[in-house]
Amino acid sequence: MKLQPEPQMPRVWRRESKPHRFCPGCGHPLALKALGEAVDDLDWQDRVVFGCDIGCSLLAWDFFDLDTVQTHHGRTLPVLVGLKRVRPELVPIAYMGDGGAYAIGVQHLVSAAARDEPVCSLVVNNAVYAMTGGQMAPTTLPGQKTETTPYGRDPALSGHPLKGAEMVAAVAAPEAYVARGSVANLRQLKRYLLRALQNPHFSLVEVLASCPTNWRTNAAETWEWVEKEMPRYFPLGELKGGVREEERR
Amino acid sequence: MTAVIERERRAFLTGNEVVAWAALAAGAEVMFGYPITPQNEIMHYWARLAPRYGRKFLQTEDELSAGYATIGAVLGGVKAFTATAGPGHVLMQEALAMAEMMRLPVVAIITQRGGPSTATVIYSQQEVNLACFGGNGEGFRLVYSVAGLQDLYEYTLKAFGMAWRYRLPTIVLGDGYQAKMRGPVKLFDPARQGIDTGMAAPFLGAAGTPGRERPPVHLRNTYNLEEELLAVVEEQARSFEQVAEQVAEYEEEKREGAAILLVAHGIVARAAQLAAGRLRRRGKAVGFFRPVTLRPFPETALRRAAFEAEMVLVAESAWGQLERLVRASLSGSEVPVQAYRRPGMGITPEELEEELEKILAARKSSGWSRGDEVAARAADATGLAP
Ligand SMILES: Cc1ncc(C[n+]2csc(CCOP(=O)(O)OP(=O)(O)O)c2C)c(N)n1
Ligand code: SF4
Repeated sequence: MKLQPEPQMPRVWRRESKPHRFCPGCGHPLALKALGEAVDDLDWQDRVVFGCDIGCSLLAWDFFDLDTVQTHHGRTLPVLVGLKRVRPELVPIAYMGDGGAYAIGVQHLVSAAARDEPVCSLVVNNAVYAMTGGQMAPTTLPGQKTETTPYGRDPALSGHPLKGAEMVAAVAAPEAYVARGSVANLRQLKRYLLRALQNPHFSLVEVLASCPTNWRTNAAETWEWVEKEMPRYFPLGELKGGVREEERR
Repeated sequence: MTAVIERERRAFLTGNEVVAWAALAAGAEVMFGYPITPQNEIMHYWARLAPRYGRKFLQTEDELSAGYATIGAVLGGVKAFTATAGPGHVLMQEALAMAEMMRLPVVAIITQRGGPSTATVIYSQQEVNLACFGGNGEGFRLVYSVAGLQDLYEYTLKAFGMAWRYRLPTIVLGDGYQAKMRGPVKLFDPARQGIDTGMAAPFLGAAGTPGRERPPVHLRNTYNLEEELLAVVEEQARSFEQVAEQVAEYEEEKREGAAILLVAHGIVARAAQLAAGRLRRRGKAVGFFRPVTLRPFPETALRRAAFEAEMVLVAESAWGQLERLVRASLSGSEVPVQAYRRPGMGITPEELEEELEKILAARKSSGWSRGDEVAARAADATGLAP
């Protein structure tokens, strides 16, 4: 099936790999749209290297006209850290799920932030392990039903949702940029991504995103969850401002 | 780039220092590592030397990170390496499996220590299985088992060359004894000795805007269908088999009508070589074979040598890890294989001599068919003995 390029498709999206492989209503392509537009605005197609983790993020391995490497679950950051150390002119971006970033790869995230590695992370927080069929993630909300919390996440048994962005902000250097956006507000998300990409220090943007397939929600419920429910635990906004253009001069 | 070692010189170094010098001389741009004995001093020396030559070092949060960061640097188009041992080697296999699937020339120096688990920080040959077949794959990698300080220098140089030429993850398999022992080594500029240390080129971020001036590079190790994966692995297998013929290395001291072929690798091979030589000088028919590459294993050469012998004795500081490779190579033959297994223990020439004498005596009393001392002397007379 060959679709006409959507008029609003970012330039850096690869036409040949569209339509993409995400489910209808998924938050991933929205996050990737904001990222694509940010890369377009900066005209950095020749500098940005895209790294995708294992999780539904891997479905983006040929998503962009960007040099891309798909790594192992949780290991995208160290790969890009190694790349950036030897190719400082490149702008690597690690595209990860909340499981990859905040569970199996959390030591890499915390350490890269603490060392102020100048790489950018985009973490898709959909409150579940989506690719593996909807198990509990570190970000699963209290009471939320998943395959491994069939009666709802009980904080007494499995703790409270991990606030990854806040955790990173606590250990990152003062010059780091840390923010949390949402696929429910793409203009804000794009603004955050522009700042993150341009920050010559560590940066992380977490994005609240939908997974109707594993949440088993209809369109209205899905949107309600992303827009209303999730931000109650995961407040939106900038947690660390990074270094602004004016200040760098 | 100016040569790190312009004029050949003799130095008195530990194995870990030798590795740091070799990596410098090979043109490695960066090392990533996490502390573990007996590898530590590779990092220590590299961290001290690297800035003087404009090279880089990063101490990572663990061996997973060290392995993957090495992959990242390789993707960027520079020669990069890491070093680890024991439990760190276990973690490193995750990254090596990815390098194997994506054919990335990652170089890892492994200084084997006692295992399983934390065991000892001293010595063993118990990481052969892991080095050759660690990870959820087929073992498409190069593994050089070194035997002494000069070897360590030369095979570390060579590891970079082979890794980049064949696009295969490459392991230099040493051990704690070789890491820590100090001795004379000849350091030289590899270019002047004709040793290829490889030409690095970027996998990602090459010149040109992807999608406009050139197609984007999309590297992956994930596949949707069984058939897709099968095609990829079959192609890798074919290519590895071709490479195997060109890179398999061994060392041997032949013996016509040898009663026993003594097989050992790494530092144990040096003891084995001494023991076999001493016995031959006493007129006993003992040959010696050392696989230098454990992946690919020099199967054809070993079969040839073993078929000329009456039996094979495998000596190793592990419980049958080399022995398994030997038995697999000799499958279908009737040459009996015996083992001398000393996991985590050093093996001396004297104990091997004793073991060989014991076997020879037992075989003599049971009356063996060929390869007796007369044949051995005849071989000596024809100059076949080294
Ligand atoms: C080492 C390892 N453990 C487990 C897995 C199985 N696995 C694949 S994706 C995934 C979870 C993905 O969840 P997340 O990172 O939140 O991304 P999402 O799919 O939700 O976008 C897991 C556990 C794996 N591939 N590798
Ligand atoms: S399972 Fe969820 S996260 Fe994965 S593609 Fe479908 S909607 Fe998106």
